[in-house]
Amino acid sequence: MPVAEPTLPLDPDRIRADFPILSTSIHDGKPLIYLDNAATTQRPRQVIQALVDTYEKHYANVHRGIHWLSDQSTDLYEEARVRVQKFINAPHAHEIIFTTGTTTSINVVARSWGDSCVGPDDEIILTEMEHHANLVPWQQLAERTGCKLRHIPISDDGILCLDTYAQLLNEKTKMVAFTASSNVLGTINPARQMVEMAHQAGALTLLDAAQSAPKLRTDVQELGVDFLVFSGHKMMGPSGVGILYGRENLLEKMPPFLGGGSMIRRVYLDRFEPADLPAKFEAGTPPIVPAIGLGAAINYLDNVGLDAIHCYEQILCERAHAGLESIGGIRFLGPSPEHKVGIVSFTVEGVHAHDVAQLLDRHGVAIRAGHHCTMPLHKRLGITASNRASFYLYNTLDEIDQMVAAVEDTKRIFRRGR
Amino acid sequence: MNNEEELYQEHVLDHYEDPYHRGRCERPTHVHEDDNPLCGDVIKIEMRINDAGKIEEVWFDGEGCCISQAAASMLVEEIDGKSIDDVRAFTAEQMLELFGPRLTPNRQKCCLLSWRVLNSAIFASVDDEDQMEGPTFHGPDLGEES
Repeated sequence: MPVAEPTLPLDPDRIRADFPILSTSIHDGKPLIYLDNAATTQRPRQVIQALVDTYEKHYANVHRGIHWLSDQSTDLYEEARVRVQKFINAPHAHEIIFTTGTTTSINVVARSWGDSCVGPDDEIILTEMEHHANLVPWQQLAERTGCKLRHIPISDDGILCLDTYAQLLNEKTKMVAFTASSNVLGTINPARQMVEMAHQAGALTLLDAAQSAPKLRTDVQELGVDFLVFSGHKMMGPSGVGILYGRENLLEKMPPFLGGGSMIRRVYLDRFEPADLPAKFEAGTPPIVPAIGLGAAINYLDNVGLDAIHCYEQILCERAHAGLESIGGIRFLGPSPEHKVGIVSFTVEGVHAHDVAQLLDRHGVAIRAGHHCTMPLHKRLGITASNRASFYLYNTLDEIDQMVAAVEDTKRIFRRGR
Repeated sequence: MNNEEELYQEHVLDHYEDPYHRGRCERPTHVHEDDNPLCGDVIKIEMRINDAGKIEEVWFDGEGCCISQAAASMLVEEIDGKSIDDVRAFTAEQMLELFGPRLTPNRQKCCLLSWRVLNSAIFASVDDEDQMEGPTFHGPDLGEES
């Protein structure tokens, strides 16, 4: 009996027409099925065109030249900042710092805020499901200052244990840095509640929105979060640009991290006076064109609508879960689809993750294999590697079915077991 | 799909599913274990080498992807009964050739794990308290994943 197709909140065919790379064929004419969106997404013509237009018509360095072209470039760059400000509902545009990516943004906070505000008796709370980018900078801070790191554990199905979190919080807690959505489990964490709990204990918060910002509405005022970080390339923007949002009063007190041009008001031979926000944290020539491209990506996201994207991803997730479950011998990492973004991580009984990914590639299906920059999380789950299929607005139900069929084929090749 | 290029050829799967000398070596004289930390593949090689430098017996054990485990089985079969000098003369290129299917640089390191372990194992005498450091190999590396 044919199963009724669900009503879709968006039109993937129309969206796909905007993405030139999605019409690629590989391995003798197999259509490319790109399911590695948690690593990086593809970009539509509208974003690519914004980059081309900037380079062809408006490009010069920003905030420098007393000439027409520099003004053009500066206007576009600052417009992009306002675009990001509105996207996350930040009170002020100067609270938006352009960096090179999520990793850099976290490092800026750990270096600038961390080195000036954290001492040997202080504690930083992280979680077991963090990406290495939200673990290592804090480990480095601990090495420099002697502060202690605490970790909120997860349940076996990948949900943070908030009871333990409440116990970990105390007057020594200076910062709670956690992911809004896990890049492996997909789990959407209760960010607002966790921020509130941290504030009650007198701690600041940093939210890693790298996986959530591309698909879930982000409102920094509603969340109450102190710092928020994400990357352009995971939301159809160019690589090489990321965002650090910080509350004005915090950013103003923090010392600059990178020194150089742009971040100064005055320089003498032996000292300098730092510039005001946001320039204070944007030393050197910033990622001008990537930032402008990110603005175009946000326009594209707004046109489609984040609610529609999230709803659509859950439909894709449910299809993938049901399909893989029907094959048998699949272990899912993380919670059921209603608790997560469009990420389905799994292991196949008796087949190593790299073999699964390699065989799926022969079918034209691109998924991720390995530890996905979460070695401690994989250790917690008792595995060394896993497979991850991650979806975005341009993926289709048919692609999910083909991915499932390819996994089934993989199992057939390894049918004899060992 | 071109069969010659197909990675998971029958002889690869055969070695993976029915490996040659997977297990423990009796009275080993040389033992070494190593891993590829990024993918978690592990190979341990145990062997008994006599005074004349002949490998009387060699076994492997480990965990990991099909490529790493099948390659270990092929290598152990290849060098069983040969001499240390033969091991020294056996190059990484020959190892990749022995394996068969053409591998991308990322998967070459899976294939070469057992070869690396073997080349360290011939220096890793179990009687020797101060084990001589084995040579360093510069194989392909995956680098950090993101």
